[in-house]
Amino acid sequence: MDRYMGQALGWGNFAVFALSGIFMLLVSLFFVTYFIYFERKVLGWMQYRVGPNRTGPFGLLQTVADVLKLLIKEDTIPKRADRAMFILAPVIAYVPSFMVLAIIPYGENLYFLDLDAGLLYYVALAGISTIGIVLGGWASNNKYALLGGMRSGAQMISYEIPLIISVTGVVMISGSLNLRTIVAEQGDWFWQWNIVPQILGFLVFLVAAIAELNRTPFDLPEAESELIAGYMTEYSGFRFAFFMLAEYTYLYATAALTTVLFLGGWHPPAPFLDFIPGLVWFFLKFAAVVFFVFWLRATMPRIRSDQLMSLGWKWLLPLSLVNIFITAVVMEILR
Amino acid sequence: MSEENKNHAGVPGSEPEQKANAPENAGEPLAKESIAGEAGKGPAETGAAAPERAQAIAGNDEAALAARRKAAEEARAARAAAAKAAAADGAAAGGGEAPPAPPKEPSPNQPKLDRLVRIITEKFGPSAVVESYINELDRHLPCVVVDPSVWADVAALLRDHEELKLEYLRNMTGVDQETHMEVAYFMLNLAEKQDYCVKVKTDRDNPEIPSVVSVWQTANWNEREIYDLLGIRFTGHPDLRRIMLPDDWVGHPLRKDYVPLDPEV
Amino acid sequence: MIRTEELTLNVGPQHPSTHGVFRLIVKIDGEVITEATPVIGYLHRGTEKLAENLNYTQIIPYTDRMDYVSAMTGNYVVCHAVETALGLEIPERAQFLRLIVMELQRIASHMLWWGTYLLDIGALSPFLFAFRDREVILNLFNELCGARLTYNYMRVGGVKWDAPEGWIGKVRDFVKMMKTRLDDYHDLVSGNEIFLARIKGVGAYDAETAISYGLSGVNLRCTGVKWDLRKDQPYCIYDRFDFDVPVGKNGDCLDRYNLRLEEIRQSLRILEQAVEQFPEEGEIMGKAPRIIRPPEGEVYVAIESPRGELGCHLISRGKPEPYRLKFRRPSFVNLQILPKLLVGETMANLVAILGAVDIILGEVDA
Repeated sequence: MDRYMGQALGWGNFAVFALSGIFMLLVSLFFVTYFIYFERKVLGWMQYRVGPNRTGPFGLLQTVADVLKLLIKEDTIPKRADRAMFILAPVIAYVPSFMVLAIIPYGENLYFLDLDAGLLYYVALAGISTIGIVLGGWASNNKYALLGGMRSGAQMISYEIPLIISVTGVVMISGSLNLRTIVAEQGDWFWQWNIVPQILGFLVFLVAAIAELNRTPFDLPEAESELIAGYMTEYSGFRFAFFMLAEYTYLYATAALTTVLFLGGWHPPAPFLDFIPGLVWFFLKFAAVVFFVFWLRATMPRIRSDQLMSLGWKWLLPLSLVNIFITAVVMEILR
Repeated sequence: MSEENKNHAGVPGSEPEQKANAPENAGEPLAKESIAGEAGKGPAETGAAAPERAQAIAGNDEAALAARRKAAEEARAARAAAAKAAAADGAAAGGGEAPPAPPKEPSPNQPKLDRLVRIITEKFGPSAVVESYINELDRHLPCVVVDPSVWADVAALLRDHEELKLEYLRNMTGVDQETHMEVAYFMLNLAEKQDYCVKVKTDRDNPEIPSVVSVWQTANWNEREIYDLLGIRFTGHPDLRRIMLPDDWVGHPLRKDYVPLDPEV
Repeated sequence: MIRTEELTLNVGPQHPSTHGVFRLIVKIDGEVITEATPVIGYLHRGTEKLAENLNYTQIIPYTDRMDYVSAMTGNYVVCHAVETALGLEIPERAQFLRLIVMELQRIASHMLWWGTYLLDIGALSPFLFAFRDREVILNLFNELCGARLTYNYMRVGGVKWDAPEGWIGKVRDFVKMMKTRLDDYHDLVSGNEIFLARIKGVGAYDAETAISYGLSGVNLRCTGVKWDLRKDQPYCIYDRFDFDVPVGKNGDCLDRYNLRLEEIRQSLRILEQAVEQFPEEGEIMGKAPRIIRPPEGEVYVAIESPRGELGCHLISRGKPEPYRLKFRRPSFVNLQILPKLLVGETMANLVAILGAVDIILGEVDA
């Protein structure tokens, strides 16, 4: 990739970039499809039932069927809704989530973009999605959607701060915002991964990331039993699929980021296991994080919005600041 | 058709029948062909029961309404007389209206009933309690009938008086007895576990009873329901409007003379 | 200054967590509720008016459909009213069958409540666990009387169907299984921090309010008033069995939650004893007349249904049909306290409070 980036932009280069972008899009769509399937299966097994098992062998084609159904539905826009904003909202919600996938390194030489400010890029883009959600809630001309959008906006903004501050410790240890460097700095043994020195940062990051994703236990904006579907209430068909896609693509991005930042990226847990390619290790760690997120959904009840706010501001923020302080002190001592 | 009814009105122990309406009631089971409770008293009737409702379907006018009510009154009086007569003959009567020939033992709850009557009449005078009796059928429940004009104050007395302390209103039932309307209140003293029943009667044409929401909060929706289904107005209720039926419904369905707008329903 | 408006929000009648067709008009200021007005009557079917043209055996299926989650208690209250009026003797075996069936129904109803309450709070899985256990009970009922939800099982004078071979053994096995399951559920949910934060201290009221509003069942006992009709005004053969009446302290949602789970435990105790004492043989139907005509007069009986005091006021004129049949429905009375509890609460707590009252719309509207 670096090779192509270094050269002047010509038709050939452009074709490479376009094709690799499309390839990444297809990969992420494939993952989203099977995340949804995986989630339904895991939830089913934990609830003493089987998940989907009819469409296709073992129900593997269930999500495909669902997406097809959503695509062929009528595209309804409420009469009094703000038309332009209504159409724009899912786009604004989805595009940043896809753009973030560019900086994730899957292997030593398997990456799209080697950005020196990779982490900053991620953090900046993740904030833009919030606009999409609030916009969706507002443009629907529906009180439930508005409430859901407002709640969601408040939640996402509150939790971005502990999210960012908790990774500052990682940056301090690795000495760079470049994600490839962060992975390279983590050693080959599993105790050398960032999760060990940065355990506090890891926990804060995990909680904040789940809140950012609007997943249980922080899924009040989509609380089915209270607000029907929150900001997505008036969306149907393809636009609804877009919001869902945005959520799961973010899940992909967040899980990948957790793996890269805290779990050693493509490193095997022990050096003698490196005959298994780094991509496989990356995938295994990534899958473990995703499974944990699904497990939480099956087990935990929902936090109320005021308790959620107080958790974010009164607990996670101070904890992440304490994390930075401790990291700085320890680094100074060890030098 | 109203002629027929008037003719049958005076027959003791029977209710006016509607032979003309037999096809409508053809499907009803044989069990309904009996007359009011007292077995073997007046002449056995064939034909349909529930004549009032059948008449309502047929769509009667004011005169028939009044005639029917009169007929019902006479029928009840006749039944009571027949019951007394039958009891005097030694045959078992249908219910506790008339005492049998040998004097009855006083009910175990008689002292409670006397105390209740005493407490009410002490404060409000003897006219406050119109009637008082023990309902033997219902495990000797002490019942009083209170005059509606003082009911709200009597209710407050019942709740607050130290000997009674009837703080728990269990149930309120509105009843359309054809000659009048009444509301029965069942109250409970949680500590003594003693129930009492208070009835308040009002007339049918313009039924009004003072509301007891200020005494027992639970009466709120109960009174709304009784207003909705029977039409009894509760004066002093904070928000008397229909609760079960849509707000624009005409009529009060639980009344015996209710004519539904749509006869198919 | 920012101009703020009070929003009027309509919760229901179609809504995932109003437990039926129930409408609540809430006026909210931001997230805080300033006023809540319930609107009911969407499921009003005129049962009381219909009853005036039906004889007593025909009324029993209607009672199934009033409180459809707890149909056996509905059946029982009408039978009990008529039997009290007639002064009928019910045979032993029928009494035992009635008691066993009512206690099983209580467990099934509380399980359904538990599952749906947690679903409203946001935990998805306990709903399925609760229904798995409820399936066992419904299968037992299916074997006994052929139906899973609307049983039409009791008759004036006894019950309609006798327990098939081995049924009592299955009840015994269920009781054993349910005891361990109940402990599992406590482990899974009752200690969960998020759950406790959601319902502790929410929707609290005191005993005087409860008594004034005529609340009954768990809603009354959570404030500390020890009133359970099975102990205080016993009916059926409850006075022969040894069980406790759990009572709460604070009158909040957590107390009501714990009380209902405790009640399941006590029901299991009663069932254990009843299964031991179950008569080997006997009649299931007493000497009821062919045409049931209660004597002229009126009777009011009340029993403890899972939701509270279910009463039946029967006014008879000596005919096979009642003159007036009034059902005192616990959900109807318990729902009255909702507007008072909701003022000042947030929207998220609305669901927690409404769920803890445990209403069934079929009963609210009759």
